[in-house]
Amino acid sequence: MGVRSSAIALLLLYCSAALAQQRALPTQDLRSGSSYMGAELRAMQADTFANPGTLWVERGAKLWSARAGTVDRACVDCHRDARDSMKGVAARYPAFDAGAKRLLDLEGRVNQCRSARQGAPALAFESEELLGLTAFVASHSRGMPVRVAIDGAAAVHFERGRMLYERRIGQMNLACLNCHQQNAGRRLLAETISQGHSNAYPIYRLEWQALGSLQRRLRACYSGVRAELPAYNAPDLLDLSLFLAWRGEGLQIEAPGVRR
Amino acid sequence: MKPSAQFPANRRHARRKLLASAAALPLLPAFALAQSEPDVEVAAFKAFLAGRKAGTGRLTLDIPRIADNGNVVPVRIALSGPFAAGGEVRSIHLFSEKNPVPQMAVFHFPQAVARVEIESRVRLAGTQRVAAVATMADGSLHAATADIIVTVSACIDGS
Amino acid sequence: MAEARIQVPPQVRRGEAFEVKILIRHAMETGYRLTDEGKPIARNVIRLITCRYNGVEVFRAEPSSGIAANPLFTFFVSARESGELQFEWQDDSGARNSERASITVAG
Repeated sequence: MGVRSSAIALLLLYCSAALAQQRALPTQDLRSGSSYMGAELRAMQADTFANPGTLWVERGAKLWSARAGTVDRACVDCHRDARDSMKGVAARYPAFDAGAKRLLDLEGRVNQCRSARQGAPALAFESEELLGLTAFVASHSRGMPVRVAIDGAAAVHFERGRMLYERRIGQMNLACLNCHQQNAGRRLLAETISQGHSNAYPIYRLEWQALGSLQRRLRACYSGVRAELPAYNAPDLLDLSLFLAWRGEGLQIEAPGVRR
Repeated sequence: MKPSAQFPANRRHARRKLLASAAALPLLPAFALAQSEPDVEVAAFKAFLAGRKAGTGRLTLDIPRIADNGNVVPVRIALSGPFAAGGEVRSIHLFSEKNPVPQMAVFHFPQAVARVEIESRVRLAGTQRVAAVATMADGSLHAATADIIVTVSACIDGS
Repeated sequence: MAEARIQVPPQVRRGEAFEVKILIRHAMETGYRLTDEGKPIARNVIRLITCRYNGVEVFRAEPSSGIAANPLFTFFVSARESGELQFEWQDDSGARNSERASITVAG
């Protein structure tokens, strides 16, 4: 290989590496979902008493001290005061867990602790208990910027997540990026399409009249494009969650969020 | 309009003529926004009044112009004082024009209080008018209405 | 289980009107929703909420299915003596719940 072709090869390698991290949405253009809501809903989210999600945060606070499992141990026994130990945790999830040897979102992290450290069965997705604990933990990152690791063992999940984001699915043959990248800010019937970030989860969604997880919201999107819903904890949902977190890096955690 | 191989030329021409004449018809009002129509009634409110007159100006009803979602709509009702002895508020009724259950809530005030202000969240079955009416100890009434646009979700949520 | 959250000011002056807020965990099932199989989910809404201030009723609400799930109610109460606000509520299923909050009155 001549010098010229080597140089071109190197240049291509550099460009592809740079492209791999290239953001379709520059940081300064990021808009949280709350910026698409009316003033009343933004106020509801900011209200530390009247935000309906706080009902689950309180439930989680009680569960934090509840002994569970064969080891009869509570979260507080290891993690002490959540105000210290849980600060910033939600902002770096999903994360590849070396101990579990897999990618975990916050729900997966809670269940990993339950099974490995408490000898307790995993909590079902959208159960009051799992929602309570994740809302409680995530609330301790409120106001902190999302920052997730996509290198090392997480890299393959990140790339897969990006592929899923760009893949058309369902009877409507739409990819996430068709709405949330190419048409964010435009109207779909009476609604304005948001950029589709994950910084506010778990959220009290008015449509659900309850608190729900990011995985639930993603499943709702699958139904929106008339695609088969992946099961909870499907690898697709986890990989997508990692990509979404990276895509919205820098946005502040708003959990428990309020969304329409 | 693209010519269709299925339809012979004379039928295509007839279709075009029909559409052209339809366009000339005066547009029927698809939906008249309640705010601009003084005769929109909140039936349950009218039934509650039973012919009595309600004063306006003292009772305020704050509700968003457009609801992000009809499931949860914040509402605030305030009745300005002062409340002289015998002029305290007894109850406040909240009525809906279009909901299946028109009487949304009744709030009672068994003890006198200097500030009468309630907040809650309602469900609204579509764009409509809501009405609030306060009943005072001396039987007098104060009312307010508000119009709100309620939109439906664009995507089906099967989660 | 967090059945309800109550917020009152940490301290109030005698005679002043203070704001009370209650947020209740309740689905306020309207009776109009259907299961995936198409069967109606039975209506179950809170029908009555009372607030007693040292035993004296100061506020009462009669909600309907027109009040949103996980309802919030805020209202004002005239401060008399220190003591307790006690809330009670019951729904269509007959379930009764209660929650209380302390009131500290100075002056």
